Amino acid sequence: MPTYIAFTYTPDVDWTRPEYGQEMKEYQEFGEAAEAVIKGGHALYPTATATTVRVQGGKGGDAITSDGPYAETKEALTGYYVLECADLDEAVAVAAKIPAAWNGAVEVRPVIQF
Amino acid sequence: MPGAGDAVARLVREEGTRVLATLVRVTGGIDLAQDAVQDAVVRALETWPRDGVPDNPRAWLVVTAKNRAVDLIRRENRRAGKEAEAMTWIDPAPEPPEVVRDDLLRLVFTCCHPALNLEAQVALALRTLGGLSTAEVARALLVPEATMAKRLTRAKQKIAQARIPYRVPAAEELPARLSGVAATVYLIFNEGYAAGAGADLVRVALTREAVRLARLLAELMPDEPTVLGLLALMLLHDSRREARLDGEGRPVLLADQDRERWNPEAIKEGVGLAGAALRRSPGRPDPYAVQAAIAACHALAPSYAETAWDAIVSWYDVLLTVQDTPVVRLNRAVAVGERDGPAAGLALVDEIPGLDAYPWWHATRAELLHRLGRAEEARAAYGRALDAGMSDPQARHLRGRLGQL
Repeated sequence: MPTYIAFTYTPDVDWTRPEYGQEMKEYQEFGEAAEAVIKGGHALYPTATATTVRVQGGKGGDAITSDGPYAETKEALTGYYVLECADLDEAVAVAAKIPAAWNGAVEVRPVIQF
Repeated sequence: MPGAGDAVARLVREEGTRVLATLVRVTGGIDLAQDAVQDAVVRALETWPRDGVPDNPRAWLVVTAKNRAVDLIRRENRRAGKEAEAMTWIDPAPEPPEVVRDDLLRLVFTCCHPALNLEAQVALALRTLGGLSTAEVARALLVPEATMAKRLTRAKQKIAQARIPYRVPAAEELPARLSGVAATVYLIFNEGYAAGAGADLVRVALTREAVRLARLLAELMPDEPTVLGLLALMLLHDSRREARLDGEGRPVLLADQDRERWNPEAIKEGVGLAGAALRRSPGRPDPYAVQAAIAACHALAPSYAETAWDAIVSWYDVLLTVQDTPVVRLNRAVAVGERDGPAAGLALVDEIPGLDAYPWWHATRAELLHRLGRAEEARAAYGRALDAGMSDPQARHLRGRLGQL
């Protein structure tokens, strides 16, 4: 069965704060409704907590860390779902039910099956 | 006998799309199917003119292509088990017509899947459904061949890797998906239509390709108003082909076209299809069918002066109920200008917001101001239209009008 990751891009919020309780409830409802195809996923802390790592001078070189996300965008990567769906049409139909789809956007990407 | 060769080439091309559609379903991949069908077509072109066309040309091509696909898998020999699976492809029984029809529909909807960008959809439709070579597609769309090859490869990779399904959409998604298919075909038509007579013939042939694709859709979905309306609209536009450009490739205004040179067969067929499309969508008329009705009013008018402007304005009113865009409002204003005079038209044109960057808005204002004798304002509006960017022949026409002020 093909696997897809649905990345949620939304305003860069802290899901643990009480003011997002209602929205988290919507995500929970989505999670229950799409239980059959969701194989995993996580909500992420805001990009303020992100650390970007690069190794300078090729493999074995010095690790350089910088504070913040890899790419600064208006809508940030705030979570993801692992979906097992028959094809892209089914994955897109599921992604359209994730609250991020109307509060931001959802990027659906196929997973490489090695 | 070159005539026999040509007939064979035409037959092979007609059948080629159907054979490809079946091979995509059987092998599960566009690339492999294309290679296999290509080889079968080459063999047909070699042997048929010499040995005669087989009784069932499509079945011959399908069997030959399937055998070839198995050979290709065998040669590739990378994936274990693939060869055994491939052997099951060879089924000597010819595909029943309804299966061929579904295979074609699947190919249509896969090539025009909304997860592919419009450029990719157009390229895939021309390459797989139209049967053009990559080089021809590239030339027709004014793109370097290497760029087009990359675009096609990327699109086919996305279909395979993201698993865009090879399937006819369910009834509830069909209207939205079908309007996507129609938009792709109409874009192909307009690419050719805009190219004009002096341009590359491959580019002009895009109009014929689009009509051919729409005919295929009409054959597959004979009751869909969108499909009938689309075919009607393109036939009616294309019926003016011989008259819309002068000897030097300059556009001739509708008002000045020699109506004797319009194609009466295309008009007759287009008018009939437009009526059928409108009858099949009485509640919410299809936008293509309504545009075809407008084109039919023009096509049936004995002269520009005798055009049924009242009917055209009414059809634009209908079109606004399903497609309220500034450009439709502009076209309606032009028709009102013809019916009620340039002052009435200009008042409507000036009311339309958001077209400041659209050259035709300025060109329409210029023409109406010109007719009202407001030379200074007309001159300024012609200038704005030219600054906003017109194609060469259209700019020449505007400069000509400017010179008459």
